[in-house]
Amino acid sequence: MDGLLALYIFMLAAFTGYEIIAKVPVILHTPLMSGSNFIHGVVVVGAMIALGSAETPLEQAIGFFAVALGAANAAGGYVVTERMLAMFKKKEG
Amino acid sequence: MSLPTYVQGAWFGGALLFIFGLKGMSSPASARKGIVVAGYGMLLAIAATFLIPGLKNLALMLAALAVGGAAAWISGKKVKMTDMPQMVAIYNGMGGGAAAAIAAIEFARGDAHSTVTTLLAVVGALIGAVSFTGSCVAWAKLQGVLKKAHRLPAQNAVNVVLAAISIGLGAAMVALAPAQPELILGFFVIALVLGLIVTLPIGGADMPVVISLFNAFTGLAVGFEGYVLGNPALIIAGIVVGAAGTLLTQLMAKAMNRPLSNILFTPMVAAGGGEAISGTMKEVGAIDAAAMMRYASKVVIVPGYGMAVAHAQHKVWEMTEILEEAGVEVKFAIHPVAGRMPGHMNVLLAEAGVPYDKIFDLEEINGEFGQADVALVIGANDVVNPSARTDKSSPIYGMPILNADLAQNVIVIKRGKGTGYSGVENALFYTDNCRMLYGDAQPMAGEIIQHLKSMA
Repeated sequence: MDGLLALYIFMLAAFTGYEIIAKVPVILHTPLMSGSNFIHGVVVVGAMIALGSAETPLEQAIGFFAVALGAANAAGGYVVTERMLAMFKKKEG
Repeated sequence: MSLPTYVQGAWFGGALLFIFGLKGMSSPASARKGIVVAGYGMLLAIAATFLIPGLKNLALMLAALAVGGAAAWISGKKVKMTDMPQMVAIYNGMGGGAAAAIAAIEFARGDAHSTVTTLLAVVGALIGAVSFTGSCVAWAKLQGVLKKAHRLPAQNAVNVVLAAISIGLGAAMVALAPAQPELILGFFVIALVLGLIVTLPIGGADMPVVISLFNAFTGLAVGFEGYVLGNPALIIAGIVVGAAGTLLTQLMAKAMNRPLSNILFTPMVAAGGGEAISGTMKEVGAIDAAAMMRYASKVVIVPGYGMAVAHAQHKVWEMTEILEEAGVEVKFAIHPVAGRMPGHMNVLLAEAGVPYDKIFDLEEINGEFGQADVALVIGANDVVNPSARTDKSSPIYGMPILNADLAQNVIVIKRGKGTGYSGVENALFYTDNCRMLYGDAQPMAGEIIQHLKSMA
């Protein structure tokens, strides 16, 4: 990938992350940490790409490990975040 | 590697949904929708990846997805709300491990890369590996598997030497690319050990900040490996989390009045600091505590981790409803670091059914303690210690606290006479308007409820 183009993406993504968090109330810090933890679970996609082109048994073994860890990050991150956020509700009635 | 437009487009859509999801999570009303939106983004990104032409090892891939995904899904469904912080830590560590493993495959393949690509692969591998083992230690500590903080002699020097070696090996890998297998192996071993050694001496009280820091680390590692793989979706998701996580870490460290450098390099000063406290602790029974609150016009409840450990939040909410029916105004005051992470206590109260419009932050509520007839402190200690305001020699001096001592009466439900997490004596317990109700939070709240019902 074009190095300079990537630098632009890095910069804009960093600002986006900063801006989103800067306005968050304290009560959401834990779910948000968990939610952002889920989002970097997208590493599973990278792991799949790496495993998808693995050739030697060693590469396959590391790739399997990477995909399993990435999938756990994504699935676990989603479940715990959803469970926490499902409890935030105003008093009924 | 040129990829079909529909795969690229789907990844772009995934990245977009992540940002919308995170944005949604920044407000309580839309937070639930936010995680669902981000979830769709993840499914889209994963599904598109299967459409890459010529993808090898499909069976192995599906097996890995099933094993990792199912194990985490089930453990995530079963975990108790009080154990949430360590669960976040372990999932985060896995993400870091995955990022490091991606780099390992790239190195093992030994393809010619540009220097920038190799450099980012190495940096991503280093922080990913540190996040992996560090998060595992954080999990073990909060889970109670590891009980004590292990501090090596000359800990800081060991940290610096290990960090220097790993950076040196990393630099060698960039300079000598493609690197020898021995060099690659040595680099990863040192990086993994570094994560262990840095995290082991950190105390449990500081762990939330460390978990948040590792969360940011993993984000950055994912972003860098995204560059190596030429995948903008990974770069965007990783760097957004890296930036957000860094800010969140700073906010947490500030709330605890513990600069990040202190958390990483110096242990909390042990007990013994601070002026000697004169006076005695005065005990009270559940029936008197119930009467004080029943005939008050305003009660502020300060819940701490002790309440969560005792699983008393449901009883406390039941008590609150009885008091409200009797016309007493009840509010909950939450210290930024109540529980084990900022916002953790809010989650625990929400689980018990307490609506979030009854829950107030430190800045919102501190002015109201003066008008409260009773401040009920349940399983909290350091966060209501007035020494933090008044005693310059106290180790916790300067930490923002809830001013429970300004209420007309203070009732403290506490298991014993011990000190809090910091090991510092609490001056609040010795003041004239403070009464101690000794016992476990759950049965005590139950007793108060019984007495309240008989007063109705």
